[in-house]
Amino acid sequence: MFRKILCLAVLAAPVFCGYARAEAKPAKNRTIILATTTSVQDTGLLDVLIAAFHKGGEYIVKAVAVGSGQAMQLGKTGEADILWVHSPDEEKRFVAEGYGRNRTTFMYNDFVVLGPAPDPAEIKGEKKAAGAFAKIAAAGALFVSRGDKSGTHKMELKLWDAAGVKPAPEKYIEAGQGMAAVVGIANEKEAYCLADRSTYLSLKKTLSLRILCEGDEALLNRYSLILVNPEKFPGVNAAGARAFFDFLLSKKTRKIAGKYGVEKYGRPLFIYDYPGKSEAAK
Amino acid sequence: MGFIFDGLLKGFFLLVNGDAEVYSIVRLSLFVSVFATAVSVTIGVPLGSLVAIKKFPFKKIVISLVNTGMGLPPVVVGLAAMLLLSRNGPLGFLGWLYTPTGMVLAQVIIATPVITGLSLSAMQSLDRRFYLQMLTLGAGQWQALWVCLKELKLSILAAVIAGFGSIISEVGAVMIVGGNIRHQTRVLTTATVLETQMGNFDGAIALGLILLGLTFLINMALTFIQQQKARAE
Repeated sequence: MFRKILCLAVLAAPVFCGYARAEAKPAKNRTIILATTTSVQDTGLLDVLIAAFHKGGEYIVKAVAVGSGQAMQLGKTGEADILWVHSPDEEKRFVAEGYGRNRTTFMYNDFVVLGPAPDPAEIKGEKKAAGAFAKIAAAGALFVSRGDKSGTHKMELKLWDAAGVKPAPEKYIEAGQGMAAVVGIANEKEAYCLADRSTYLSLKKTLSLRILCEGDEALLNRYSLILVNPEKFPGVNAAGARAFFDFLLSKKTRKIAGKYGVEKYGRPLFIYDYPGKSEAAK
Repeated sequence: MGFIFDGLLKGFFLLVNGDAEVYSIVRLSLFVSVFATAVSVTIGVPLGSLVAIKKFPFKKIVISLVNTGMGLPPVVVGLAAMLLLSRNGPLGFLGWLYTPTGMVLAQVIIATPVITGLSLSAMQSLDRRFYLQMLTLGAGQWQALWVCLKELKLSILAAVIAGFGSIISEVGAVMIVGGNIRHQTRVLTTATVLETQMGNFDGAIALGLILLGLTFLINMALTFIQQQKARAE
């Protein structure tokens, strides 16, 4: 019996030591908690930027990638130090309610309407996303929605509003999952869906879905940074958040983001436009 | 801190006023898990007993495999089931992906090794001579096994409880195979994940409470049956 316990202890020791070391390294105020959306992390750009920030820096960024809704919630409870999100109306409310400040829109990518190649709703060639949505509803084609109050879901709801119709409930699948899962479901069910271009590009090889509508101004997806208000939450790492904020708005980030994805997909996944017209276009 | 208490309170009200959607989620959770447990019991109990009672080469390796299966990571099961059932997969023709049937399949894969493994060790705890005696008294093999199982009903019920517990609380596999589609494949666990991701902690807490309560009720029912049998003996 004692021997068994000893064996277990020996086996477990390295694990505990590993923990202890990992925990000991970053002193508490060195850690920056970034609340962001899965769509940012899924592209891999976040990891690249964080690695660049860590190089020579004194802070460690811990990224929590969740839906925009939950990311905002993390900011509202003072759990996060800085937000990187894409849900403009909510962001404005978040700042107006005093939870955050210095909201800065700094990059965007765009959404595309995906559908099966035979295109039963005949939306191909439609310039306006709302027009495409109206056709999908009119044709009674299947549509897969995120249904999770994420930034993407909110954009989709706005487009249905603009189209002035609602799809029939039995033709409207509310998946309640992340972007890649929703695109996968649409692919399986030969349905239409709204997806961000980077997710589409990264999954393209496995999909039979095609881009059927793109390029509409309404499909632009603008990402913003918000600093969580340290006056409201004294526990927030304000200095660290500020350093990461400045880094993300620096020329260095501009260079990295501008090139990111070009090699693999032939075009950058994000268009970096800070400082630029994104503020005016808001 | 206040938001936790608020969540609990609102969760409780949601529970009491429970709307149609919550009920349909509860129904689906119950249906999928109970059905999957039934299938797993039908496969697992006889299989476990046979492996325990029979002598055959590589028996230890087979038992190790069953024991490994008891710890199958549900997400891996979900992934495998999803690949099998996808339109271009080998079982794609069934059209089971993103349906409750597909979820049952994934859960059967998770629960069957648990029930098999526990039945197996229960059967091994029984003196083998008991089984042999049945045979010499003229019982057929299945008849003898049945008598042994009756002797072991306490442990077998424990196996059923464990199997059910492993799937009612499971989220990874049903998320991947079911797709968490509203009104179709959304169950308590996946709905809880969704509510959490949306930052809607009240809803998440309410669903979590329902799940806990449900699991408790079912386990209590099974335990009552089990303990009654214990007293009867």
